[in-house]
Amino acid sequence: MLYSIGKDSGCMLHLARKAFWPAPPPFPLLHIDTRWKFKAMYAHRDKIARENGMNLLIHVNEEARREGVGPFTHGSSYYTDQMKTQALKQALDADGFDVVFGGARRDEEKSRAKERIFSFRSQGHHWDPKTQRPELWNQYNTRIHAGESIRVFPLSNWTELDIWQYIYDEQIPIVPLYLAAERPVVERNGQLIMVDDERFPFAPGERPTMRKIRFRTLGCWPLTAALESEADTLEAVITETLLAKTSERQGRLIDTDQPGSMEKKKQEGYF
Amino acid sequence: MTTASGSRDLPTILNRNAEKGVLRFITCGSVDDGKSTLIGRLLYESTNLFDDQLDALAGESRRYGTQGEALDFALVVDGLEAEREQGITIDVAYRFFATEKRRFIVADTPGHEQYTRNMATGASNADLAVVLVDVRKGIAVQTRRHTRIASMLGIRHLVLAVNKMDLIGYDEARFRSVEAEFSAFAEGLGFLSLQSIPVSGVFGDNITYGSDATPWYSGPALLEYLDTVEPAVETLKGAPFCMPVQYVSRPNPDFRGYCGRLAAGQLRTGSRVKVATSGMTTSIRRVISGFDDVDSAEAGDSITLVLEDDIDVSRGDALVSDDSDAAVSDQFQVRLLWLSRAPMIPARPYILKTGPREVAASVMSLKYVEDVNSGEHIAANTLSMNEFGLATLTTAMPIFFKKYADNRALGSFILIDKSSNETVAAGLFNFSLRRADNIQMQPLEINKNARMILMRQRPRCLWFTGLSGAGKSTIANLLEKRLYAQGNFTYILDGDNIRHGLNRDLGFTEADRAENIRRAAEVAKLMVDAGLIVIVSFISPFRAERDLAREKFSPGDFIEVFIDARLEDCERRDVKGLYAKARSGKLKNFTGIDSPYEAPQSPDVHIDTGLLSPDDAVTAILTALD
Repeated sequence: MLYSIGKDSGCMLHLARKAFWPAPPPFPLLHIDTRWKFKAMYAHRDKIARENGMNLLIHVNEEARREGVGPFTHGSSYYTDQMKTQALKQALDADGFDVVFGGARRDEEKSRAKERIFSFRSQGHHWDPKTQRPELWNQYNTRIHAGESIRVFPLSNWTELDIWQYIYDEQIPIVPLYLAAERPVVERNGQLIMVDDERFPFAPGERPTMRKIRFRTLGCWPLTAALESEADTLEAVITETLLAKTSERQGRLIDTDQPGSMEKKKQEGYF
Repeated sequence: MTTASGSRDLPTILNRNAEKGVLRFITCGSVDDGKSTLIGRLLYESTNLFDDQLDALAGESRRYGTQGEALDFALVVDGLEAEREQGITIDVAYRFFATEKRRFIVADTPGHEQYTRNMATGASNADLAVVLVDVRKGIAVQTRRHTRIASMLGIRHLVLAVNKMDLIGYDEARFRSVEAEFSAFAEGLGFLSLQSIPVSGVFGDNITYGSDATPWYSGPALLEYLDTVEPAVETLKGAPFCMPVQYVSRPNPDFRGYCGRLAAGQLRTGSRVKVATSGMTTSIRRVISGFDDVDSAEAGDSITLVLEDDIDVSRGDALVSDDSDAAVSDQFQVRLLWLSRAPMIPARPYILKTGPREVAASVMSLKYVEDVNSGEHIAANTLSMNEFGLATLTTAMPIFFKKYADNRALGSFILIDKSSNETVAAGLFNFSLRRADNIQMQPLEINKNARMILMRQRPRCLWFTGLSGAGKSTIANLLEKRLYAQGNFTYILDGDNIRHGLNRDLGFTEADRAENIRRAAEVAKLMVDAGLIVIVSFISPFRAERDLAREKFSPGDFIEVFIDARLEDCERRDVKGLYAKARSGKLKNFTGIDSPYEAPQSPDVHIDTGLLSPDDAVTAILTALD
């Protein structure tokens, strides 16, 4: 089960634990580590895995890391391909996983709205959106040949509000970055980027300012924009979500770096 | 900016959200009738589009749009690059929106005939269908096909959205004529309600609000109607309980639990329970829901059951209430919707999947194909892509099922092709053609074992497969002579000879080839039961049919012998002159030329005729038998 540390991953893991309880879920968690996640996310990840007795696999694209591939130096597109897409394929190939769960939802993005719950991948992890298997009722065709795989999205029909409601009802722990607090930020192209560590390349004379911000979605810190907010409790965050005028993926800079962006990334094997 | 103080009403808001019913509907109909535009308009007007999505829409409307400078709402749902470029919908898109009263999941389905299976994907879980018709074009073949599929899959409420009214000046007479034609067609298809609404997706008439342009129409706007229609609810809770077992949980030697979703009825601790197929009974000790032990559960709940006694239950079995008249069968009347480009082949074994169960299944006979336009029943031997028909289906083992009309989850199945793994058909159980418990075989006292002892040999079926001219008959003859010399009782079933007698009514289509193999396998099985060593020498080009033959025998009784020769060599020898005929087009469907040969992937014996002489081949086979 892919574990990205975000709120959707949290819900998916919680559901899996409930489904198998009193046994632990009979599969490991896999985190694709780009080395650019927020520090608070790493802390949350290790705590959740430890508290739930889950076997946590962590994979980094070591070759790209050695080459120093990063979002500021190599551009978001190349960086995402190397540290996320290629890293994910390496991790799946290394352990021969043929079925992998992901927390993606159809309401997030247009090409995701088109995807099956059991989404077939050919050898090389390619997604062909034009020849998806029919998927009627809850009858899922799970048969594949060697080298092929299936990505399963159990939360396909959940909305952002459903996720928050479930977190609220079940008291699921979330990364504190979802709640507003004073944090150091720099404004770039109208987006608020939080300075999470010393790797931030300041422009001459540029200084971070402290603003009360939170995140609606969590990814790699240089590629995830924050929003100014006073919502420092779960209840307040949900209320703001109900009144939101922008979609949650607006803070995801990689969705729009080229037209049909997400679909292209997904065809190449991105989650 | 909202502050934390705004959260006071939150529990109320969330409760209301959770209590709102969900209506799942599809939009369907022919190409270019405006399905995607209509949904885009619905999302726009129910303010379920965010500002950044509207900005992106404005940009894409200029780039790909078909509406000039105006917003092209179809681009909201056509999420694939190929769809935006071609201006069509290829696959079903799921979108979510809510009103004060309800939450909606809408599946926008494609109109092109080649993507009909994607329409069926969307329809299978829907409560209601909005059928769009371009008022200028009227009812098209795809309109009828989609309406029939909706009916077959159990959708009970229809909306006829007569679209593009703006292009005919909102003329009532034209609307009424389409409405009348469609009503006449839909009558008798089992719908509980049909609401016709004149709309314009592009201008938004009668979508969210009533329109001034249609003063002659007094009915509800589309969204008003969707907000109030009462969907037909499956009455699952009153039925005897049934839970297909998805997973057997054994974390330690002291715990054994059966996990699954309760598909019907209610149960509680202490309820008597029975395994549907074996009839073994016990009672429920614990019901676990999430992290808690609970007293009871009802249809729709995902639970883990702990039973009082250790009885044999595995994934795919169904736990049902002790007093339920559990329907178990291995022969059914079913309705099929064919989804694959490769047509259905009678008698070929497919994999039937229903819930967690997978079992080999074959379509034994097709009663009829339903004509899309007229609904007329047409006699046929096969189903092609997008056709639907009524058929008799048998499974290799008895399975638990419900009528689709009573329970969608337990009454539906898919068929999967064994070699491609493609989902080739969607099916609905109508009823059992016989009760499995009535077909117990007549037990015979002189059985295979008794004959084996008398004849002092182990009866077996040696199944030779290979190209025409590979040397099957030559090797089979030599092998039989050697066995005879050893004092064995044998028989050869030769493909050519059988086709002169038992199978003289069969040709060389894929379907006839499948039946040819089925009969040979049945005869071989009887002979093995009679104690003989049977050598079957058939080209038998398809893996699926050879697998079907193997499944008829006890493990170890069926030996697949691959007589492997290169096509060039067979063609050069051409003992019977058949390759020459096939090459000149005088012989159709000839294996290796214009019909495929699927070589065995792991034969029990592999004879490479390039390396072994016929004598050596026989020795190799005899060695493998010991």
